[in-house]
This record gives sequence, structure tokens and C-alpha cells, in this order.
Amino acid sequence: MELTTLWFVLIAVLWIGYLVLEGFDFGVGMLMALLAQNDRERRLLLNTIGPVWDANEVWLLVAGGATFAAFPEWYATLFSGFYLPLLLILLALIVRVVGIEFRSKRPDPAWKRWCDLAIITGSFVPAVLWGVALANIVRGVPIDASGEYVGSFWDLLGPYALLGGLVTLTVFLVHGAFFVALKTTGPIRERALSFGLRVGLVAGALVTAFVAWTVSLDASTVTVLLAATVLLAYVFAGVNALARRDGWAFAGTAVAIGLLVVLMFVSLFPDVMPSSLDPAWSLTTENASATPYTLRIMSWVALVFTPLVLMYQGWSYWVFRRRIGVHHIPA
Amino acid sequence: MDALELARWQFGITTVYHFFFVPLTIGLSVLVAGLQTAWWRTGHERWLRLTRFFGKLFLINFAMGVATGIVQEFQFGMNWSDYSRFVGDVFGAPLAIEGLLAFFLESTFLGLWIFGWDRLKPGLHLACIWIASLGTVFSAYFILAANSFMQNPVGYTLNGDRNRAELTDFGAVLTNKVLMVTFPHQIFGCFMVAGAFVAGIALWQLVRHPERDADAFRPAARMGAVVLIVAGLGTMISGDFQGKVMTEVQPMKMAAAEALYDDAQPAPFSAFTVGTLDGSEPLYQLEVPRLLSFLAAGNFDAEVRGIDSLQSEYQQTYGPGDYRPNIPVTYWTFRMMITAGGVAMIAGAAIWWVVSRGRTPSERRGVRWLARLGVVLPLLPLFANSFGWIFTEMGRQPWLVFGLLPTSSGVSPGTTVAEVGTSLAAFTLLYGALAVVEVRLLMTYVRKGLPDADPPTVRSESDDDAPLAFAY
Repeated sequence: MELTTLWFVLIAVLWIGYLVLEGFDFGVGMLMALLAQNDRERRLLLNTIGPVWDANEVWLLVAGGATFAAFPEWYATLFSGFYLPLLLILLALIVRVVGIEFRSKRPDPAWKRWCDLAIITGSFVPAVLWGVALANIVRGVPIDASGEYVGSFWDLLGPYALLGGLVTLTVFLVHGAFFVALKTTGPIRERALSFGLRVGLVAGALVTAFVAWTVSLDASTVTVLLAATVLLAYVFAGVNALARRDGWAFAGTAVAIGLLVVLMFVSLFPDVMPSSLDPAWSLTTENASATPYTLRIMSWVALVFTPLVLMYQGWSYWVFRRRIGVHHIPA
Repeated sequence: MDALELARWQFGITTVYHFFFVPLTIGLSVLVAGLQTAWWRTGHERWLRLTRFFGKLFLINFAMGVATGIVQEFQFGMNWSDYSRFVGDVFGAPLAIEGLLAFFLESTFLGLWIFGWDRLKPGLHLACIWIASLGTVFSAYFILAANSFMQNPVGYTLNGDRNRAELTDFGAVLTNKVLMVTFPHQIFGCFMVAGAFVAGIALWQLVRHPERDADAFRPAARMGAVVLIVAGLGTMISGDFQGKVMTEVQPMKMAAAEALYDDAQPAPFSAFTVGTLDGSEPLYQLEVPRLLSFLAAGNFDAEVRGIDSLQSEYQQTYGPGDYRPNIPVTYWTFRMMITAGGVAMIAGAAIWWVVSRGRTPSERRGVRWLARLGVVLPLLPLFANSFGWIFTEMGRQPWLVFGLLPTSSGVSPGTTVAEVGTSLAAFTLLYGALAVVEVRLLMTYVRKGLPDADPPTVRSESDDDAPLAFAY
């Protein structure tokens, strides 16, 4: 395999890691508005992701850094072109971090309301906008001969992109709900399962439309098969949620999100950012990449350290594997 | 203002702000780990209470560092896309490695440390904070490797066809001579901040509440003072090495640090100047003869190149243009860095004196003012860090990558004044509001004093109904 292809795959892997992991963090953040009925339950929800959300967010930093290192042109065009959506995402992520970390630092209810608002908004905004951004990458945006994005903010809000935003929004809600079901005991677990199933119907319809549209952009045996497995994984999650097997339900949405990213990257390849103006102006794994020397160094670093990261991050999930209920939340 | 100027302001504001939290994170993570180690080895309650007290302050600070950190990585691409295209092949790798090696360690093991008091055996739990602090140090190394390339590009070749710098020797990037002197200077700088933070707060508590927990705050104040002084000496020595490397690779920056316009042999160092801001027409200067020669070359007789002769040399090398940085900024930030750091060390020595040999500061007359000093003290080395970075980044101007890429060529060609202006305004307002929140929160927890010891018990599966040891 070419090094550039390998790094295209690795960037996809980093996005899978990010969206599967922070996907449920965003879901849990949004559910603080939709599922919790009182302060104690909001805290319960927040504490299901307490020990892990920060490391989940690092996947984004590594995805960004790896794109910078492996495909500088992609990084430059993407980040300068998608300026305002990324600005909104940054602002949302900032207030979200502050809300999570500072919520319990003062006892007054007004403070907690502000922090809840920060966490909830900070979870909704990126949950929508990551879908919009990724769909735009797949669909193609106006890029000129010099590799510059020449569209406006409104060009990023086409129907396919908006559908992508709704898909990530609803799928993260379901994913988050199944995560809550997996990590809690008591009445909130039941509510999470039934919420996940109800929203899952809407999400399922949106996912079906989105994968069908994606396949129509780049129809091949592989994309059709991938689209089918996305839906299969999704149905698998629903069936298991109905049977109250929340671990399997959560695994189902995790796999569905991962495969959705695979589908998008497969239909993208060998482009990394297609130009909607002229295919000859598209950024590809070749014309956007770093030198083979840099890619070789990065490959060794990734080869040595990624397994290590996966091991200790996995261990931290193992340490905090026990379910928690409202009775675990200290006064 | 054009997009370039706005983008520079945004980078300056967001980076200086982010860097208010970084030095304390790096230094304090190690000191908290040290406190917890003391508890682990002696079993004495006061160390546990100090661990929790400073651990809480550490986490409040760390949260802001995390929150403002993502912007740092994103804005290279957002505002400086042509810079990203030019250096990505070299600069991207240390950034990506920083994430993979450092940020994952930091975030995962801090999560384990914060929530793991009742889940991990004490030794393992202690290891988590040490591993997290190791992550913060790795992070410093890799991000400084990236920055050092901008000061002194090494290990690359220019590809004219693609108009970019391409990596040829990663080892050279990781052993850049600028990095070799900047990394220790920065790490010592971090420990100065953390030492001053611990010493200042402990002293304030001792003076305000002499009867409360003096047996914990006295050793804490001493520990902080010693760390501050030792790190201060380390900062001075490494800074001296740094000055010599800087004179070698960026002589203009050294000339700008002194506002030295004409070549001089030997060159004096002016402690301060009365006159024009850029030091070009001094009315009065307090000068130390020959000192600049020593700072620049380690020799009291050495010649130091002046701004004017370097300017004409650069015009011959790089073509017509103005190669002088903003002299008032470089001249004054250089002095403020040294002064703030120096005053902090003196204050550290004073604190060490008033709390040593079992003295309690409140018993001594004339010591009450020290309590106020305690509040201000952490700010001195913190601002010294900021001034140092403003100096070194402004002193690099007009280059983005020294000798290779002017700052004006790095800005995103497609972004508009409206976009950068919106983003600059949004970050400035949000950061301003968060500063108020952050400082208030820190003050609240500083005032509260030591929490109860409440030694942690590791829960087994069977007694799983107890409340969590820590919860958001």
C-alpha cells in the first residue's frame, strides 16, 4: 500500500475514533436537557462520561494534527475554507469543557444552570456541525485551481450537508442514550433505552436517506455493501435495545458510526477534498500529501504508540466499568 | 486593519491567554505528584490534604488550558493556511506527535487520577498523576520543537515547485540548538510559576489563619519557595545559554532586545531607558558596561551587531524590505521578563526566610504585607513567561519562519476581514468572561483552605453502593 493511502486510512481511523467516542459524549451532553429530570440526574449523566470525555476529545486533536502532518494542503484548505463552522465548533467546545469541569465547583443553582446551558449547547452545536462538515468534504465544495476554498458560508449549507448534520445529531443522541443505558442503573436506564429507541426511528430514516444519497454520489459494489452494513449495524443496535441488551445496543451504534465514516472515506478516495468547480482542481491523497520521508516517520510513530494509547485508554474504561445510579452521586 | 493584522492579533491574544494556564499545569502537576508521593511514603494526613487542596486548584487551571488549547491547533489552518502549506511537512509531525504521545497521556491519566481515588490502589493512583505530568513535559518538548523550527529552521530542504519546506532530517528538528536551550528555559519557567503559586498561597494562608493548618502550610510555603528559587537559578542559567544561541541564529533579535542600533565592542546592557520608547534617542540610560557582550557571546569584550548594520546586511541577503522587529516591544518585554523573574526570586527568598526554622510569619511584625505579596507572587513569574514569549515571537518578526517565510506570506489568502474580525471578537469576549470566572473560582478555593483528609478507601464490587469519591 502507498504511504499516502495508508495515511488516508489512518486519518479515517482517527475520525472513527473521535466520532464514536465523543459521539456518545455529545449525546450524553444533549441528554442532560432531554432525559434528566432533576439536578441529581443531570449529574448522574455527566458522571457517566466524567473520567473519559477529555481523552475522547484528544482524538480530534490527533486527527487535526495528523491531517496537518500527512496532508498539509488538505488541512490548510479545509480549516481556512470551513472557517465559520469551525469557529462555532471551537466556541462550543470551549464552553462545554468549562461547563463540565466547573459545574460542581459552586453550589448555587444559577451557576449550575449556566454550566448546564454551556454543556448542552456545547454538545448540540458540534453534534450538528461535524456532520455538516464531513458531508461537505464528501460532496465537494468550490475549490479553485490554487487549492483555495472560494465559496461562502452559505455554500456549506446545501441539502446533503444539512442532512449530514441531522444524521450526526440524531445518531449521537441514540448512541449517547445507549451509552447511558449501559452505564447506569435505576429508572434513568429504562428511560434512556426507550428514548434511544424512539429517536432511533427518526435517526434510522435519516441514516437510510443519507447512505442512499452517498451511494448515489459514488455507486460501486463496495459502497453499496458498506451502506448495507451501516444499516444492518443500526438495526442490530435497535433489536438489542428492544431486548434490553444495552451493551450490544451500544456496540451496534458504535459500529454503525464507524462504518458510516468508512463509507464516507471510501466514496471520497482518492480525493481528500473534491472540487465542485473542476475535478482537476480537487485535492487528492497525492497532491495534498506530505513527503514520503515525513509519512514514513509518522508511520513508525503511529505504529509504536497507537497500540499503547489504545491499551491505556481501554484500561481506563475498564477501571470505570461499573454502572452508577443516583445513589452514587455525592451530595 | 486588514486580515493579516487581525490574524496576528488573534494569534497573540489566544496564545498569550492559553499560555497563562500552561506553565502552571506543567509545574503544578509535578508538585502535586510530589505532595501525593509524600503522603504515600509517610502516611501523614497533611500531605494528603495539601494534595487535594492544590490538586483542586490545579484542575481548575487545567480545565482552562484544555478549553483554550484546541483553538491553538485549529487556527494555524484557519488563519494561517499558506503558512500551513509551507511548513506542514516539517511542522505537522511534532504537532501530531504531541497529540499522540502527550495529550492522550495527560487526559487519560488525569481522568484516572481525578475519578480513581476509590477505584485504584494507592500506588497505582499515585502513578497516574506522575504519568500525566510526564505527558505535560512531553507536550512542551514537541511544541517547542515546532516553534524552534520557526526561529531556526533546520533539517529541511526547500521545494521550489511546491513552494514549501520539506523535512529531510527529523532528528535535526528534534535536536535543534534553539530547542535544546529553550526547553530547559521553559521547563524551569514553569516550575517558577508553580513554586510561586504554592509558596504564595501557603504564605497567604499562614498569615491570614495562623492557627489553621500551619503544620501543613509551613512546609508547603518552604517547598514552594525552594522550587521557585532553584527554578529561578535554572531559568537564569538556561536563559544565558539561550541568549548566546539567539545571538548566533537571530542576531537581530538580540540587537532588538537591547535597542542596540550600532555595532558595539564591547556592548553595554541598559537596565532601563528614559527617552523615546524604541531607545533610539536616550535622554538617560542606566547602563551596565560590557554586560550585553557577555550575554550575547559569553565574553566581556565581544562585539555585538547593531540593528542598522544587520538591516543593511539582510537587505543584501533577502532583498529590499524592513527586517527590524518592533523595537519598543522587544526592548521592554525583554526587561520586564528579567525583572519579573528576578523580583519573584527575591520574594521567594523572603518567604523562605520568614517561614524557616519553625517561624510563623504572623508572629513577626511587618510581615502582614507579605500576605498581599502572596497573592501577587504567582503572577510575577507567570507574566515573566508571557513577556518572554512576546519577546521571542515579536523579535522574530517580520519573519514567520526565520529567513524563509515572511509573516505577511503566511496568512490565509481566502479569509475575509469580516471572518477574522468575528473570530477575534468572539474569542476576546469569551476569554475575557472566562478569565473572570476562572479567577473567582480560584480565589474561592484558595480561601477555603485545606479540605478534610477523608482518606480514600478502594471499593470492591461488593461495597459498590457508596457514593463516588469524586463526582462532577
